[in-house]
Amino acid sequence: MNSALSWLFDGDHWSGPTGIPARILEHLGYTALTVLIAAVIAVPLGAIIGHTGRGTFLVAGLSNGLRALPELGLLTLLVLLTYVGLLPVVISLVVLALPPILAGTYAGIRNVDPSVVDAARGMGMRESSILTQVELPNALPLILGGLRAATLQVIATATIAAYVSLGGLGRFVIDGNNAGAGSPNGYPQMAAGAIVIAVLALVVEGVLEIVQRVAVSPGLRNVATRKRTARIWRKPTPDLVGKST
Amino acid sequence: MNVDWPWPWLGRNLDKIAEATGEHLFLALLPVLVGLVVSLPLGWAASRWPAVRLVLVPLAGVLYTIPSLALITLVPLIMGTKIIDPLNVQVPLAIYTIALLVRSVTDALLAVPGDVLAAANAVGFRPTKRFVAVELPLAIPVIVAGLRVATVSAMSLTSVGALIGIGGLGSLITEGFKRNNAVEMVVAIALILVIALVIDALLLFVGRMITPWTRARQGASK
Repeated sequence: MNSALSWLFDGDHWSGPTGIPARILEHLGYTALTVLIAAVIAVPLGAIIGHTGRGTFLVAGLSNGLRALPELGLLTLLVLLTYVGLLPVVISLVVLALPPILAGTYAGIRNVDPSVVDAARGMGMRESSILTQVELPNALPLILGGLRAATLQVIATATIAAYVSLGGLGRFVIDGNNAGAGSPNGYPQMAAGAIVIAVLALVVEGVLEIVQRVAVSPGLRNVATRKRTARIWRKPTPDLVGKST
Repeated sequence: MNVDWPWPWLGRNLDKIAEATGEHLFLALLPVLVGLVVSLPLGWAASRWPAVRLVLVPLAGVLYTIPSLALITLVPLIMGTKIIDPLNVQVPLAIYTIALLVRSVTDALLAVPGDVLAAANAVGFRPTKRFVAVELPLAIPVIVAGLRVATVSAMSLTSVGALIGIGGLGSLITEGFKRNNAVEMVVAIALILVIALVIDALLLFVGRMITPWTRARQGASK
């Protein structure tokens, strides 16, 4: 315990390109890039599936099938078959991030009160405007929920990137393991890295929860406290989010 | 990349694959079972006393958020186990299972309608008997849904242990990666995937078998 903490608070480990702050930035960089790419793909796709009701099987099938896929295998296999670099790692992380965002967007659009959509249509709004100006803003809480779940999955899984020689916080765990349990840079380094990973995940979770609260339109927030939306809020929440790392 | 037809490698290593599979199942399924057993009383307590709920549910959320590689690495620090002890993988998996199922069990028990409970009381069930014979059976569909997610997740999470040298099919993935043997990796990935989906289907089936009334209700509504 003490050796892990003294490794963690050793000033030497907090500077330079292999220090803890640099690794945190790398880790967040991989995560941001992955979630951005996944969102660009999954939000429009989920919105279209939710709006038209076509391709619903894709949403359920993808999240069920991918939950069982060992991410460690996907990532290492992709790197082995292509090359050691950021692209194969990001691609395998995107695969992991797609299902929660897709499911969140789909559920969000599906659960918009049909009478609201009807009213918009009755006012003469075009389908594309209904989707972007009515359905998407109303679906925001669940879309953000999906993005949050995806971000945390990716933060957890990005630790594996270190195993295929990339950076990020997994480096400390992998390097410590390679150094051997007895060495001063062995287990203490692993445990210190693990503590930083756990704290980072919890901090990001907290920040995203605040963002989710702030970003949601006050109109929706008030409605949420009323009776009718208790139904809307409770039913679609994809509570049972699997873990793959 | 090894472009050999897979059969030679497969044929030579059937024993090794079988052993890794057995180890994987032991690493993954035992914690889920333990987690299920632990989460039933915890969920019961949380459904009964709001104060317990107020502590357990956020705690479960925090534990579930911690990435598995971090938790696996921290178990030796907290429990004093050796780095390659199977417990280092099993304890985190049990924690994740409990974190997931405590929520499911609590929600399911809270959702049992009040008039059902009142009827059970009126017929003369004592609290323990009522829990076992009325509340728990009604909660089964929700618990099984949680259990399926926990099991499938555990099957794929177990492979992360291979990063710090704890066996199972994950060790075939890391070994295949080191030896440039894509076939070995594909075999391990496919086995994890297929076994997870088979167990998932089994749980779904068993869940339906032990709750015949859910089918009767569906039939009646048609």
